[in-house]
Amino acid sequence: MTELKMKILELLKEDARLSAELIGTMLDAPVAEVKQSIAEMEQDHVIVKYATVVNWSKVDDEKVTALIEVQITPERGRGFEGIAERIYLYPEVKSVYLMSGAYDLLVEVQGKTLKDVASFVSNKLSPIDAVLSTKTFFILKKYKQDGIIFEENEDDHRLLVSP
Amino acid sequence: MIKDEEKQPEISNRRQSMAEYLSPKARAIKPSGIRKFFDLASGRKDIITLGVGEPDFVTPWHVREACVYSLEMGKTQYTSNAGMPELREEIGLYLHNNFDVTYDPAKEILVTVGGSEAIDLALRALITPGDEILIPEPCYISYSPITALSGGVAVGVETFSKDNFKLKAETLKAAITPRSKVLVLCYPSNPTGGTMSYEDWLPIAKIVEENDLIVISDEIYAELSYGDKHVSFASIPGMKDRTILVSGFSKAFAMTGWRMGYACGHEDLIAAMLKIHQFTVMCAPVMGQVAALEALRNGLEEKDRMVESYNQRRRLVVSGFREIGLECHEPQGAFYAFPSIKSTGLSSDQFATRLLNEHSVAAVPGDVFGLGGEGYLRCSYATSVSQLTEAIERMGAFVRKLKGE
Repeated sequence: MTELKMKILELLKEDARLSAELIGTMLDAPVAEVKQSIAEMEQDHVIVKYATVVNWSKVDDEKVTALIEVQITPERGRGFEGIAERIYLYPEVKSVYLMSGAYDLLVEVQGKTLKDVASFVSNKLSPIDAVLSTKTFFILKKYKQDGIIFEENEDDHRLLVSP
Repeated sequence: MIKDEEKQPEISNRRQSMAEYLSPKARAIKPSGIRKFFDLASGRKDIITLGVGEPDFVTPWHVREACVYSLEMGKTQYTSNAGMPELREEIGLYLHNNFDVTYDPAKEILVTVGGSEAIDLALRALITPGDEILIPEPCYISYSPITALSGGVAVGVETFSKDNFKLKAETLKAAITPRSKVLVLCYPSNPTGGTMSYEDWLPIAKIVEENDLIVISDEIYAELSYGDKHVSFASIPGMKDRTILVSGFSKAFAMTGWRMGYACGHEDLIAAMLKIHQFTVMCAPVMGQVAALEALRNGLEEKDRMVESYNQRRRLVVSGFREIGLECHEPQGAFYAFPSIKSTGLSSDQFATRLLNEHSVAAVPGDVFGLGGEGYLRCSYATSVSQLTEAIERMGAFVRKLKGE
């Protein structure tokens, strides 16, 4: 990874809408080179997607999110991969991590209601043969996600003009 | 109780107004030219401001947390007058490692209430009424009023855009008289963003030596240097004993409101400043000192991130100003751009006033910073990229309107 690419990633991570022209100016790099770097990173799936971080609690259409600790029996030859895939292919599953420690997979599930999530666990997740046990934790409030503080006081406290 | 018949004897020259109680020096000080723009802008919600002389970062959390913890532990007492010994040591180490200057923490470093107090102490300790104080301009607004308070005479030394606002030997030499005593330097410069390299300093050092001057070098923006590394005037051979180095935590560590600064210099000069300091403020606030210590010990990485971010925004505004048709020298330090607005035919004050009233962008007219400032506008780029982009767009519309008029 070149230094330019690292710097482009740092900027895009904060604001994915920055144009290549603006990034070129800010990094003192030719626009063509910036465009090329971004294209390469998209191709290599270094940049996977330009998504929006949404604070769903401010939207009427609120969502319920749960973190589920899942214990599984690994499969011979494939380890956790096959089971993980069977779980992460469900659209209601937002993220899946293989963990060290007392359980194996941490699964983030999102639904419209508590019932939705509960039914996902009992009808889809638990019945998988390799799944030994699940522990479901509902998220009550999100304070910070992906480095972004949700309820940050964004007021600029500075004087409008100062020496 | 005073009875009527016992009335005090009539004093013929009773003062007619409160102002007459004031000393002539206090009366003579003019309010800062920045004040007008502050008043015009305040209360308005629609304003994008490029007028702010402080970082847009909040002090990093680990620094704030160190202060909170120290308060919980009951650290609320005076510290030694010169500042906590461990803080002075850490400052000494930091200056040695980063700027190639070495000071004895026991005798040559004084922790002050912001760099401002250090400048005040230095000028008060040095000035005999009538002394001339050489001040390269455009410059930060407080050197000249503080000089006047001590009975000194401020002598502006103009710097120019064509020289990237560097101090030039010829202009400095021309301003020197037998009464010249102190040279006040501020590089990287507020308001121009100008910087001085080692080679730039050499002829200046020669003049300082030849004319037996003392230098107060305000290096508060040292860390915000984008091209070459900052060169402290005190690090120029022969200049350490002639220099009072002033710096602080405000700009580099985003700690303006903490008011934490320091002065370093020859022990005899620091001792004199310490006397004034102990009788006026006793010591810098302990909570600020604890925070400053944490910033030096664990905050350098965070500082580098902030500097990189200023650098990116610096390139953005300079290229933006040039694109909308304003000539702009390339600032190499601080977080200010200083574009020329001469091509619009307006004065700095007119331009800034109309920009604020008609396009809701606040900036500071260059003339408030002294000689050579007229025709320029100080624009701080310590604000978000989206705000900067919008401000440049609005300024572009204004410039097009003016040039079409």
